[in-house]
Amino acid sequence: MGKRIGMEVAIAAAEAVALCRIDVAAVYPITPQSHIAEHLSDIVHDGRIDAEFLTVESEHSSISACAGASAAGARVYTATSSQGLMLMHEILPIVSAMRLPVVMGVANRAVSGPLNIWNDHTDVMPQRDCGWIQLFAENGQEVIDMSIQSFRIAEHPDVMLPVMVNIDGFQLTHMIEPMIMPTQEEVDRFLPPRVPFATLHPDNPLSMGCFNMPDIFMETMKAKDVALQGAKKTIIKIWKEWAKIFGRDYQPVETYKAKDADILIVTMGSMGETASVAVDEMRKSRKKVGLVKIKLWRPFPVEEFKVAVRGCKTLAVMDRALSFGGAGGPVATEIKSLFYHEKERPRVADFIMGLGGRDVRVEDFIAMVERAEKKEDDTYEFLGVRE
Amino acid sequence: MKQRKWPETWREVTPGCIVFTPGNASEYKTGSWRAQRPVWDNKKCIKCGMCYLFCPEACIHEDENGYFYADLDYCKGCGICAHECWPQAISMIEEEV
Repeated sequence: MGKRIGMEVAIAAAEAVALCRIDVAAVYPITPQSHIAEHLSDIVHDGRIDAEFLTVESEHSSISACAGASAAGARVYTATSSQGLMLMHEILPIVSAMRLPVVMGVANRAVSGPLNIWNDHTDVMPQRDCGWIQLFAENGQEVIDMSIQSFRIAEHPDVMLPVMVNIDGFQLTHMIEPMIMPTQEEVDRFLPPRVPFATLHPDNPLSMGCFNMPDIFMETMKAKDVALQGAKKTIIKIWKEWAKIFGRDYQPVETYKAKDADILIVTMGSMGETASVAVDEMRKSRKKVGLVKIKLWRPFPVEEFKVAVRGCKTLAVMDRALSFGGAGGPVATEIKSLFYHEKERPRVADFIMGLGGRDVRVEDFIAMVERAEKKEDDTYEFLGVRE
Repeated sequence: MKQRKWPETWREVTPGCIVFTPGNASEYKTGSWRAQRPVWDNKKCIKCGMCYLFCPEACIHEDENGYFYADLDYCKGCGICAHECWPQAISMIEEEV
């Protein structure tokens, strides 16, 4: 039944990855991901698991090494953050195009400049269109669980795509939380050894990552998109199986007191916990407020999201990244586009919050809801910024 | 049987676009890209093989008498052979449509 532990979440992430019997890790340390890199290195070099830990010279190299190892049939893990993820950017669409089941932990942190090492989602949003499956963890337990689930999802023959597990930097990575660490037997039962679709081997030569002429490029892109869109079904199936073994339930979109709500807060990542406290507070004064938490960002769970917010008048969307000069933050823009063709659609109030580690408290969510109720125009606004 | 150059529909694209028959690039004839073709004057040729060495397409071959010729199925007409040929035995001739 797993072991109850009190542990720093980054350390727990490394322990969870070790339970997955990885073959190769190529991790370049960067704040606030460093504890994952360091602890995974300890696990490998203490001989606790039979794996190679590659000390690469940059994140560009770490993701490239992961691609190569994965192509050779290995189970591969990497982790990064912020500038490291930006440096990986060039390789990310290649990994997904080659359908390599690499798993990566992203300790979300602001992107420079100015230099800032604290938490927001500005590092992962520029990677949105890279063709990776993207999960957002809300607490330490979800970090452990999603890290293990990711290998199963990524390697599933109906998926064969890389997975990013987004872990809010510091807010999650550096918290010591009570969690349940699964046993090796449980993980082995859930996660069989990888059976690759094809591997690079001299006895059976094949070519991966080939050149595409204009005559075939669009067909390749469509095939990749269909694979990513289709992955949602498999992810949900795997989550159901997870719930059976581990007793913890996962949904692409989770709701909290949403059924009768007139106004719903929409969050991704660790801020969901603070928002749920704010919902409880507001419910005390009989305000019909609820919460929607997006766990699966790519592929976006369109149907599940529409069902989750059905009947609601206003969505107060928290965006922890900016699209400078755009129509709104990435989450709100996505949500607005879902409802364009719907007859009954909620008003979407878009709030840019919690950038670069700016604290978002319960009071801030209450202020956000109050502002969303009054807001009449369609523009996005910064919340918690000094005017 | 006529061999197809690439999958017809997106459904036929292998996962990751993996090519299970490596080396099949030779099935793709690039000669149609050519605007000019190299023509050898064997009276000037000294059989040094510079054209053979420099051809980026590796489409220049040696015949039984030691002279060189381009495989026009692949020659893209880049003219590097003519440029490198120091006895100037190769001239580039316009392809006629």
